[in-house]
Amino acid sequence: MSESAPSAPPAPPKRPRRAADGLRPLEGPARASAYVCEAVSCLSAQSHDILLKLGEQVSGAGLKDVEVKRVGCLLLCASGPLVQIPGTGQLFSNVRPDDLDAIVEALADVTPGEQRAPEAPFFSRQRRIATENSGRIDPESLDDYVEKGGFEALRSVLTSMTPAQVREEITRSGLRGRGGAGYPTGLKWNTVAKAVGSPKYVICNADEGDPGAFMDRSVLESDPYRVIEGMAIAAYAVGASEGYVYCRAEYPLAVSRLRKAIHSAGRAGYLGLHILDSKLGFEVDVRLGAGAFVCGEETALIASVQGGRGTPTTRPPYPAVAGLWDQPTLINNVETFANIAPIIRKGGAWFAGIGTSTSKGTKVFALAGRVVNTGLIEVQMGTTLREIVFDIGGGIVDGRAFKAVQTGGPSGGCIPAEFLDMGVDYESLVGVGSFMGSGGMIVMDETSCMVDVARYFMDFCREESCGKCAPCRVGTTQLWILLDRISHGGATLDDLAQMERLGAMVQRTSLCGLGQGAPNPIFSTLRYFRDEYLAHIVDRVCPAGVCAIEPAPVPV
Amino acid sequence: MPSDDKRWRIVETRMRRLGSRPDALIEVLHSAQEAFGFLDDDALRFVSDSLRVPPSKVFGVATFYHHFTLKPHGEHTCVVCTGTACYINGADEILSSIKAGLDVKPRETTADGKLSLLTARCLGACSLAPVATVDGAVEGRVSSSDLVAKLAGL
Repeated sequence: MSESAPSAPPAPPKRPRRAADGLRPLEGPARASAYVCEAVSCLSAQSHDILLKLGEQVSGAGLKDVEVKRVGCLLLCASGPLVQIPGTGQLFSNVRPDDLDAIVEALADVTPGEQRAPEAPFFSRQRRIATENSGRIDPESLDDYVEKGGFEALRSVLTSMTPAQVREEITRSGLRGRGGAGYPTGLKWNTVAKAVGSPKYVICNADEGDPGAFMDRSVLESDPYRVIEGMAIAAYAVGASEGYVYCRAEYPLAVSRLRKAIHSAGRAGYLGLHILDSKLGFEVDVRLGAGAFVCGEETALIASVQGGRGTPTTRPPYPAVAGLWDQPTLINNVETFANIAPIIRKGGAWFAGIGTSTSKGTKVFALAGRVVNTGLIEVQMGTTLREIVFDIGGGIVDGRAFKAVQTGGPSGGCIPAEFLDMGVDYESLVGVGSFMGSGGMIVMDETSCMVDVARYFMDFCREESCGKCAPCRVGTTQLWILLDRISHGGATLDDLAQMERLGAMVQRTSLCGLGQGAPNPIFSTLRYFRDEYLAHIVDRVCPAGVCAIEPAPVPV
Repeated sequence: MPSDDKRWRIVETRMRRLGSRPDALIEVLHSAQEAFGFLDDDALRFVSDSLRVPPSKVFGVATFYHHFTLKPHGEHTCVVCTGTACYINGADEILSSIKAGLDVKPRETTADGKLSLLTARCLGACSLAPVATVDGAVEGRVSSSDLVAKLAGL
């Protein structure tokens, strides 16, 4: 549907362009620009001061045609504060106030009109769809988003497509839920559209609870309008009239940018009654989480949006049929919604041409842990782990040996070096005993003990279990006790067998994904690193030197 | 309103803006905690009466979510992230040095009421691991000795 030229209605009148906080707007068009990252990581490294100082120095140097702009995440979060000159592709990292002269000098010789991406493999190996605007637009400026083609997809949907055509386009794209489970998005939209009931709701799941995952935070901080546009298109496609974004309270910047975006989108007629003078009416509100991991599970999330404790309920009925207030409810992840507008703009077939046979498009990962280039990456599905860790990630810090990469958070697993050449998609990860999850990717080297990692995740699940069903409430605690005993060198081989039996039981009988996935870290580490467990139990040593093994009891 | 403290106004305004509906409970508890720093019995009862939600449910929600606290915090707050990336980069060691240096454990406040120590599941700043926040400001790649010195000097 890329060509469908937006005929009527006319674009809203263009307001004068506002520059980023505290900077004077330019009078004419900009010859060159400097983008300063203002996402959480860089802000914590005082990037806002850099922005203001750079603005001062640029005007002090008499560069009247140079724009200094606040943008969203520039991806290489480990080296903040980051400043990029899009005209030359230069990226300045770890910028200190005394380094600004070099940036001003570089700005003076930019040829107008050119745009180059940074050449380092960290950037060149990425393929950006969901994060295409990240680091290119001011996340708090609606005009900037619209200038980069924002809300074009919504306009073309409203003027030239029926809801059924939109759903068909999404189905054709092969997009699958980016929250982790990978349920086909088109199928979900069709189920909600066919469900009987009114009103219907659209919920965006931004309760990114997996420790080590920050993709959704980054998308919301860098490009909140895109998520809103995706939700509005979804509302049109399934016939919904109200929407909620359920976001973690731990992400105050994301929440405030999202709230501002909803407000200004409403004023410009992209939300509210008669969106772009069509029949579509759609309101969005933000609901804050309050620090409960289980609320990422969709039925628990609904309970929380309704103001109650976040305890899951049995499915079916699925939220698509009876969700919020027992009405049909579409729940998709932030990244899923971020992929909608490009699919509509460029067509489902285009999207389906990217990726592997079962997993289409790209996936955003949060690369962290013992790797050189930590930050946000978006790669085509099917990219190998080796490319991600060594080419994009730049290898392991201090030249140590790679041991494993952990994906899928507390429901995922550790993937050892023998699978480094495996392409990453939903199926391949499940095949090696892990899980896509929301996209956290933690790289571990030889200094990490796998028993300790399993114990860490079990401790997490034990604390985050909502307590509703016994297998999860009791089972995770018992599993943690066994793991703790192993890591202190006090366990026997019977304990190990008991742990495997109990884990299988918890997996099969828990009510929701939290309990069902909780034993996964144990099983995956046992599968590939059983010798480490045996070393703790039989030899009473921790090969990585992490666990504090208690001295053996002295025989009397 | 429980007293003529002006902060109750903020909470009440927020409730009115949300239509005083029972499903606004979590949002209202957020604004009450923002205003007062913690949720005491008065606050829970006031919210319960105003939203017409049974006190048992208000208490249940306030204790279910980690974010809400029923005890006042110390003068300063330090949150140590214990997400996966921070964990493998030594978050545990940071917590034990704080324990050794300042005699305070997670979710506790020092005896002189100066510092509350908290942990977070993940602050989402994994690239800067290990991460801690001191009075809301994010500190990346912290070393335990620097952090303990900073906290002791507060």
